[in-house]
Amino acid sequence: MAIAPEPAGRPDTAPAAQAPLLVVEDIVKRFATPDGELIAVDHVSFDVKPGEFVGVIGPSGCGKSTLFNIIGGLLDDYEGTVRVAGERVRGPHPAIGMIFQEESTFPWRSVIDNVAFPLEIAGMGRRERHERARHFVKLVGLDGFERRYPAQLSGGMRQRVSMARTLASEPKILLMDEPFASLDEQTRLLLGDKVLQIQQQLAQTTLLITHNITEAVQLADRILVMTYRPGRIKRVVDIALPRPRSSQIVSSEAFGRHVAQIWSDLREEASLGLQDEDSAYGRERRA
Amino acid sequence: MSAANPGARHFPLLVGMGALSAFFAGIEILVRIDVINRFIVPMPSQVIASFERVIVEEDVVARFWLTFQEAFIAGAMIAIVGISLGILLYRVEILRRATETWVAAMASAPTVLIYPLFLVIFGRSMWTIVMMGFVAGLPPVILKTIEGLAGTRRVLIEVGRSFNLTARQIFTKIMLPSALPTIFVGVRLGLIFTLINVVGVEFLINFGGLGQLINDLAERYDLAGTYASIAFVILVSVFFFVVTEWVEKCLVPER
Ligand SMILES: Nc1ncnc2c1ncn2[C@@H]1O[C@H](COP(=O)(O)OP(=O)(O)OP(=O)(O)O)[C@@H](O)[C@H]1O
Ligand SMILES: [Mg+2]
Repeated sequence: MAIAPEPAGRPDTAPAAQAPLLVVEDIVKRFATPDGELIAVDHVSFDVKPGEFVGVIGPSGCGKSTLFNIIGGLLDDYEGTVRVAGERVRGPHPAIGMIFQEESTFPWRSVIDNVAFPLEIAGMGRRERHERARHFVKLVGLDGFERRYPAQLSGGMRQRVSMARTLASEPKILLMDEPFASLDEQTRLLLGDKVLQIQQQLAQTTLLITHNITEAVQLADRILVMTYRPGRIKRVVDIALPRPRSSQIVSSEAFGRHVAQIWSDLREEASLGLQDEDSAYGRERRA
Repeated sequence: MSAANPGARHFPLLVGMGALSAFFAGIEILVRIDVINRFIVPMPSQVIASFERVIVEEDVVARFWLTFQEAFIAGAMIAIVGISLGILLYRVEILRRATETWVAAMASAPTVLIYPLFLVIFGRSMWTIVMMGFVAGLPPVILKTIEGLAGTRRVLIEVGRSFNLTARQIFTKIMLPSALPTIFVGVRLGLIFTLINVVGVEFLINFGGLGQLINDLAERYDLAGTYASIAFVILVSVFFFVVTEWVEKCLVPER
């Protein structure tokens, strides 16, 4: 995958003056469990500006997927508000496109029909939606594979199909929950490049949830570090690495510094998580 | 499938035919040298010779057609009714919990034993046979439909929700296609039971197609003719097997 240097699609400096596209305010989510109430997300607030790439990082079990589902409108029964372009959002919203942690292609549909799925739901005719879908298949670098079925593709390719399918619905905000978690490191880095390239090409506002520090630093403009149970935002780190970026950046010195900083924040939280797993299951800490 | 070697495509078929011929040849020899009693197993050559007689004198084509129709109607009924009931039971939780055990029990019960009841209801007619085939083949279709729907991966449903699908769209565009391969397993299984029961009840009540013919010939002690008729039953089942496979290939792409 050769990375052609993109013509500066967007300014390198963050668009600070613009109004945020996504505003998450004071989200609290509690689960009732056999051991009592569990606060999965605790007063989380942040916003994402148009064209910005924000990463959310935190140890396993800190409430990242819960947050993802809340913003995507798949979970209700939470406190706080989610706003998209000023409008309060309840339930799934066409402005938000979700890419899931798990493999989520439809095995009974070919690549092109997978990608055309949201267009089909929107009532677009077959010819037109295939044409549109082809554009997104190309965008994720799968041209030539339109007629294949997911079973005939590798894990990384399938994840790209999911990505193209979500992009085809042209969401204002792309929401990703550990989209590369099941892939090997090399594929992950290369797919990261693809994401960067697409994000720059479309000026796509993106919220990426991950537990992978390298991935977060490679991709994001800003990283929110979350605490372990209850999930709060511990720190916000601005990643001042130049754009356009590629996976080559992982060997730079500035990159290393960011990674080290975030790791020192995360280490504490991750070890709390481990202790928690070692001791009695699900006991609440620092509640 | 390499174009350079067209023979490779037919190789499995050839091996199958070869093995079958070898098997019959073996039987032939064993009967001729009296290792197998010729009053129980006829010689394959006699069976082959009796085909003409069975076709000309016993009107086997019309009988084949009758059995085929019965099996086809019963088969279509188990597919339509079974899948619909499966969907209904899946969607109405309380119905499912109330009946699932019953259906499962029915799947393994020897339903053929209730044929006298059906005789009373439908008379000694084609419909007794069709209904027996239907009742026997229904449970696996219902059970596999429920299993397939319940097995839809959660994340696929969430994808649907994230694209703002209605409950109906989630069902038709995601759950049903996801369940289809499992539903087909149920239909195939059901068809096997249906066919067994159709021919079995024909035999039992001495009415209609190939089952009755087998009964007749066996009672006349025409062993070769009996086996020749059984070959026609196999032909019916081969036909259904090929048709379901073809339908499945159209509906379910390679996964
Ligand atoms: N439906 C639920 N009922 C009860 N507890 C839940 C439920 N869903 C999640 N939790 C709990 O909420 C916490 C956060 O879960 P979540 O899936 O958001 O974590 P995560 O950060 O995405 O973890 P991972 O990185 O492993 O995916 C966990 O402790 C989990 O046990
Ligand atoms: Mg998660």
